[in-house]
Amino acid sequence: MSASLETTQARAEPVERPPESAVRRFFDVNRAAVGSLVVFGVMIAIFMTASPTVFLHWPIYDSVLVTLPVALCLVVPLVFVVTVGEIDLSFPATMGFSAWIFALFVQFGLSPFLGIVAALATGMALGAGVGALVVTAGLSSLVATLGMNFMLRGFIMIVTQGKSIALLELQDTTAGALFSGQVFNLPVQIFWALGFVVFASLLFNRHKFGARVRAVGDNPDSAGQMGVNVARVRILTFVFMGLGAALAGVFSTMVNYTWWPTTGDGYLLPAIASVFVGGTPTWGGVGTIAGGAIGALTVSFIQSGIVAAGLSGFYVQFFNGLIIILSLLGHRWNQKRYR
Amino acid sequence: MGERLIELKNIAKTYGRVFAVGGVNFHVDRGEVVGLLGDNGAGKSTLIKMLAGAIHPTSGEILVRGKRETHWNAERSRSAGIETVFQDRALCVQQTITRNIFLGRELTRTLGFLDRNRERAEAERLMRDIGFTSKVFTPDSIVGQLSGGERQGVALARAIYNNADLIVMDEPTTALSLTETEKVFRFVRAVRAGGRSVLFIGHNIHHVFDIAERFVVMDRGRVALQATKEEVGSAERLIAYMERLAHPQGIEIPPSPGHQPEAAA
Repeated sequence: MSASLETTQARAEPVERPPESAVRRFFDVNRAAVGSLVVFGVMIAIFMTASPTVFLHWPIYDSVLVTLPVALCLVVPLVFVVTVGEIDLSFPATMGFSAWIFALFVQFGLSPFLGIVAALATGMALGAGVGALVVTAGLSSLVATLGMNFMLRGFIMIVTQGKSIALLELQDTTAGALFSGQVFNLPVQIFWALGFVVFASLLFNRHKFGARVRAVGDNPDSAGQMGVNVARVRILTFVFMGLGAALAGVFSTMVNYTWWPTTGDGYLLPAIASVFVGGTPTWGGVGTIAGGAIGALTVSFIQSGIVAAGLSGFYVQFFNGLIIILSLLGHRWNQKRYR
Repeated sequence: MGERLIELKNIAKTYGRVFAVGGVNFHVDRGEVVGLLGDNGAGKSTLIKMLAGAIHPTSGEILVRGKRETHWNAERSRSAGIETVFQDRALCVQQTITRNIFLGRELTRTLGFLDRNRERAEAERLMRDIGFTSKVFTPDSIVGQLSGGERQGVALARAIYNNADLIVMDEPTTALSLTETEKVFRFVRAVRAGGRSVLFIGHNIHHVFDIAERFVVMDRGRVALQATKEEVGSAERLIAYMERLAHPQGIEIPPSPGHQPEAAA
């Protein structure tokens, strides 16, 4: 009888994993970003067929490169915020507020570099304030940041009485050349913005901070039990968002050497759309900086692309929405959520 | 017994006016396996969460190697040499095995950048030591792809990485298969053989009796019994004791409804 209990088959060998190719692994890790790139490529191909005269010549790309740096500075830190499991709707006002500080410094005859430092500090301080409201006071980030956006913008309007500040004295200065000039016939801001994207990508993928942002967004209870200071990580992502918004504010002011009290207003929805078009899911824990940058590129192209393709401006919103929905459907199919 | 590793003195946790743990004295010595028993709601999980620094006691003292701790939190607990395998395993399921093993304790090079090669190599070694995962998985596999037993393996690997002096395991065998349970037992014996301590929380009294050499039974937030294996004698006596705790008057079995006389309407 006891013999019947013996296993008849030979002891199962553990399944060896197939040797992984580097290419395969790259696509596995960067699924979302590669998906976004495909969406972007398809969109450009459609634009090129629809309007070869416009899209096979340089000027259209040049005009996108003017608005892209501002978008990149907003979208990239927003990926951090979404990954940590929050949302920030206050960055347009933070952007306007920080740029305002920069404009005031220049107006008072102080060094524009000092102005930039002050603007970045302002953005980070406002980010810390928003973070404290969400994390320390425990408000919902959706509502608290919406309130902050209205309040900060209202404050700007009250104080400036809606008047803009011209900074034409920045023309022909070192700061003007560094942040508003052209290099190799390209707007210099695009190089700064790309540098920022690379920095943020390293921070997100290769740094302790990025690892903790993902862990907290994934499961804050687990992260806390393993000794991660969850509140600190959350607040720091809002601070980083403030830094990006301040950078975006300075860049957008530098383009035309003018600060408007509405600076930043139009960026709220395109920036948020870019994050999701780029392949960062809404549920937190995972995100992609490269994808976010490609998303920003895609969204920037939609507007100029549709008008340039010969459709009237009335079509812009419709196609804007269509491309967002289509790329979200694509990512839904491409990504898997683990629980 | 060896050196007194950790001691809780008159520790209490209240939520509003409800006592979760009310004035408990409790200790673990070096190199012993302590079994913590008790019904649901007896305060076992609250006690070990205080030990892990995940929640703060309302009152009482925590002493590590005889020294009183003042700023006790999850980070301090881990650096004091206490690793906890939580009941829910405290994993981040969308992250890789490596990221979970080094969660809250990342290996870094300069300026806080991750030492990814070292982390990956250590993760590979730990997974092999535990002998839990099949070779299909690499340290880069997402934890969400793993089975329950394999996820438990990741949690155990994380607990042994730092050569912790005390490993606390909250119901580590719940929902595991027979062979996976045996692996957990082998793990506990290996830790014990290395001269380290284990605090083992479980509902299956036979399991706990087999693995532990001293028992602490909690009941409604208090310690009801502390006894060694010799004092207890057998698992059956432990079960009998716990049944008396739960039903001091004995259990009345109501007659089955079929035999009841018809009730007047």
